[in-house]
Parts: sequence; structure tokens; C-alpha cells
Amino acid sequence: MIKFDHVTHIYTGDREHEIVSLSDINLEIHDGDFIACIGANASGKSTFAKHINGLLVPSEGNVIVDDYNTRDKKSIWEIRKKIGIVFQNPDNQLVATTIEDDVAFGLENIGIEEAEMKRRVAWALDLVGMAELKDSEPHLLSGGQKQRVVIAGALAMHTTYLVLDEPTSMLDPRGRKEVLEIVKKLNKEEDITIIYITHFMSEAAEFKKIIVLDKGRIALQGTPKDIFGRIDLLKELHLETPQITKFARLLSENGLNIPPDILTGEEMIKELCLYI
Amino acid sequence: MKFFRNLTIGQYVHKDSPIHKLDPRIKILTSLLMMILIFLTESWWSFLIIGFFFTVNIWLSKVQIKYVLRGLKPILVLIILTLFIHLFTTPGEVIFQIGVIRMTWEGLSRGMFIAVRLFLLILTTSWLTLTTSPIALTDGIERLLSFFKIIGFPAHEIAMMMTIALRFIPTLMEETEKIIKAQMSRGADFESGNILKRMKNMIPIIIPLFINAFHRADELAIAMEARCYRGGEGRTHYRALSFKYLDKVFFMIISFTIALIIIINVV
Ligand SMILES: Nc1ncnc2c1ncn2[C@@H]1O[C@H](COP(=O)(O)OP(=O)(O)OP(=O)(O)O)[C@@H](O)[C@H]1O
Ligand SMILES: [Mg+2]
Repeated sequence: MIKFDHVTHIYTGDREHEIVSLSDINLEIHDGDFIACIGANASGKSTFAKHINGLLVPSEGNVIVDDYNTRDKKSIWEIRKKIGIVFQNPDNQLVATTIEDDVAFGLENIGIEEAEMKRRVAWALDLVGMAELKDSEPHLLSGGQKQRVVIAGALAMHTTYLVLDEPTSMLDPRGRKEVLEIVKKLNKEEDITIIYITHFMSEAAEFKKIIVLDKGRIALQGTPKDIFGRIDLLKELHLETPQITKFARLLSENGLNIPPDILTGEEMIKELCLYI
Repeated sequence: MKFFRNLTIGQYVHKDSPIHKLDPRIKILTSLLMMILIFLTESWWSFLIIGFFFTVNIWLSKVQIKYVLRGLKPILVLIILTLFIHLFTTPGEVIFQIGVIRMTWEGLSRGMFIAVRLFLLILTTSWLTLTTSPIALTDGIERLLSFFKIIGFPAHEIAMMMTIALRFIPTLMEETEKIIKAQMSRGADFESGNILKRMKNMIPIIIPLFINAFHRADELAIAMEARCYRGGEGRTHYRALSFKYLDKVFFMIISFTIALIIIINVV
């Protein structure tokens, strides 16, 4: 379990003004959760992500990961083993010159012995469907493939939590789909807790729970149906509703008997078929 | 326009051969020792043995001769130049003379000797870099240098820098290309004008490139920290190096070759 207990974070530059990027966050993330996090630009999403594995430490309050406090310098490596993190730009996360060497990078750092390393790298690459390209070089892969390699690097560490900070925002539609599919599969089949930051509302709609950040605070949390039902509030927070929900709402406003809170294409197709 | 198509780092040629499979440490040490011998020896016999040694080696490695020749090309001018300088400046028995210019037998033999020496030096490095992948080279260098860690030599850090450089050269090349294209589409001109003007025109390329590179370095450092990187201490290696049967055989061969060369030089 990950617990945010009255977490506030203030960036203090050398300039006089301080930026409060998180303020009084209280949150519990349970094992097996499948959570999306949305919010306007500069709402504190990345700062939130970096607090989970201790890359940033709260100015006030505590972040507790399975009984370890991220403030505690001795346990920081235990925490980072448990929590894999994937950032936006895949290029700037791959360290080694071949795919398999890169997946092994984290394992080398924590001193895993060679035979076990080989086993884990093969397993992780297989899980993300990149086993065939293990000898390839990073710069020859597509964006989606690169992100899958980054995910494999985290999996090889046997992480229990995976934090993804806008992992698809630099990818083409196909890459986006690849990454989202893998993330779903990892949650379902490997029981990995997912915290997925995104600015695509259609992606967020596919999660079990959504957290909405606004100016460093949790403005809303709930199921996608709860969240995207509150159009006016979302507008105030500078957030959109998914296209398909807008469409459903339009249809229902124009007299069609279709629920206005549809979130995915499949639901829409089902409803339309019923209608015909 | 595509500037950097088919970019490969170094000149590694991938083949399935016994030479490629050798431990990189033994290849690096062999190259170093051979280069020292090539520098020090004054005997044609040594050159003959070393030349023979590498000819057999390259033949075993299945790397086509054209790659070896390609490596020699840039140095060819230098070889010819040294040959001529020695030919005309060494005093001794005159072969022929035109005015003040004269060619001597001593010059001929000295010039040839130096030319062959240069040739063999290049052959040695080519043999190493053609048959050893950059990863293996980096690993080998790290493991060899780690011997000096006790006196505080940053062996791991150097290997890490080499790895990151190798990893990012293609990425930065692609980026340079993108920036050049973007600037050209805005009417920038990189082809005309004198050197000073051209250098000035390069500034809009260099500056964004540097800014982006620093940005990348920053993000990479964070990603590495998140993946538990904390320097070389307690780190294991994915590609463990170990001396296999093949390495032992090669070790015997190279030992005898070197012993032979030393005996020739001493006697
Ligand atoms: N290193 C830093 N130093 C100072 N201020 C920072 C730093 N990083 C972020 N901030 C500020 O903290 C606030 C929250 O930023 P953060 O990056 O967490 O937002 P975000 O929701 O991830 O935004 P985006 O959608 O652009 O990724 C912003 O006002 C930002 O300007
Ligand atoms: Mg962000």
C-alpha cells in the first residue's frame, strides 16, 4: 500500500517566490489498484509521481510505501525496487546500447547475479512482447516499442507498483494503444498496481478509478462515470470529457434513448445496436 | 536529404567466428602488446611474424578484406609521405641525384621500414575494432581498468560514459538532422559564404542541440536514479566475462608469438 499523509511540496528556486506544487494530499493506493491521474498543465501530476518513489521528498507530511518512509535514506533503494517509474520521453530513459542490456540495467544496479538476471530479462521482455528484438538498438525502435522496453526494465526488478507519467504523450496512436494494452495486462495478469498519469481523457476512461489534480490539490476522485458525469466542474478545472461521452450526450440531448455517460467505443456500439 | 543514413558506430562487422567470440580483455591486451612491439622492434623478422599473425587472424574472423582496406585508406597518405621523407633525407649511399635532391639506399630501407610499421599499427587496431562490438570493448576496458580502482581510478565511470555516449550518438545525430531541416525550411543557408559566415550560420543548429542535450542528460539522470543506479559499487554485470577454452588456446598462441618476437629482437 502507498499512503500519502498530508503531503505538501514546495519548490524553492533561488528566486524569492516559492511554488506550492502539492498541497495537503491525503491518499491511499491499495495493492492491485488501477488508477488514472489527470489534471491541467502544472497541476502537480509529475511532482506527485516523483514523490511515490522518493525522487522528491515532501516539504511537509509523509509518503509511506509498504511501511517504508520515502524520507528514510536507508530504505530508499527498497522503495525504488518496488516502484517502477516510466516517464514521458522514452529516449531519455534508455541507458544501454541494446534492448536486453537496458532491461538488465536496474538488475545490475541492485547486484542480481548473472543467471538470475538472464532469466528475469527474458521473462520481462517476453511479457511486453519485445523478446524478438532483444539484440536491437534503442534508436531503431518505434516510440511505443521503446516505452515497452522501459516497462520491461521496471518489471525485471519485480516491481509491485508501476507509475507512468504521461507515457503515451509522445507516441503515435498505435504506440499509445500498445502501451495501454500492456498496462492493462500487467494489472490483470501480474497483479501490478498501476498509477497512470495522462492527459488523454479517453485513456483515463479505461481505468477503475480516476484522481483529478488541480493546483496541487486532489479536486475529485472516483470512477470514470462519476468523474466524467460532472461536466461543469471539469470545465472549471480546464479538463475535457472523452469525445465519445460528448457524442453520447449530444445524442441523448437530441432525443435518442442513449445514456449520456458512455465512456468507451464498445459501450456506444452496444447501445446503438440496441437502438437499431 | 538524409545526412546520416546507415550510421554505425565504430567499424564493427558482425560475423560468427572464433575471433569474434574471444574475450574482449584478451583482444585488447593483445593489441596493446603488439603495438608496443611494433613500436620498439628494429627487425624485419618481427614484422613478418606480426603481419602473418594478423593475416591469419583476420582470415579466421571472416571479415572481408575490403573492411580492412577501408580502415587503411585515411592513413595511406601519411604512409606514403613518411616513405618519401625518409627516402630523400637519410644520408648514405646514393641511388641517384638530381641537383640537391638525392635518394639513398639507407633512406629506401628506413622509409620502407617505417611505412610497414605504420601499416601494422593500423592493422592491429582494425583487427580489434572490426571483430569486437562497442559493448564488448566497453566491458573489456572496464574490467581491465578495474584493476586500477584501488588507486582511485574511475573505471566504472569511464565505462558508463562510453556506454551513454554510444547510446546517444545516433539519437543526437537524428536530432541534428531534424534541426538542420527545420532551419533550412526557414531559409537558413549552410552551403554558401566564406568559412566565417558558414560557422556563424551553424549557431542556430549548435545552440538548440546543446540545450536539448542538457535537457536529455537531466532526464536520463533522474531515470537512472529511479532505476537504483548509485555508481559502480556492488554492481553486477549482465555480460559476465570468463576465459573459455578458446581464450586459453588463443592465450597460448599469442604468448608464443610474443616470446618469439622478443627472442628475435634480443638475439
Ligand atoms: N524543478 C522545478 N523547480 C521549480 N518549480 C517546478 C519544478 N518542477 C515543476 N515545477 C512547478 O511545479 C508546478 C507543478 O508542476 P508539475 O510538473 O508537477 O505539473 P504537471 O501536472 O506534471 O504538468 P504537465 O502537465 O505540464 O506535465 C508547476 O507550477 C511547475 O512550474
Ligand atoms: Mg508532468
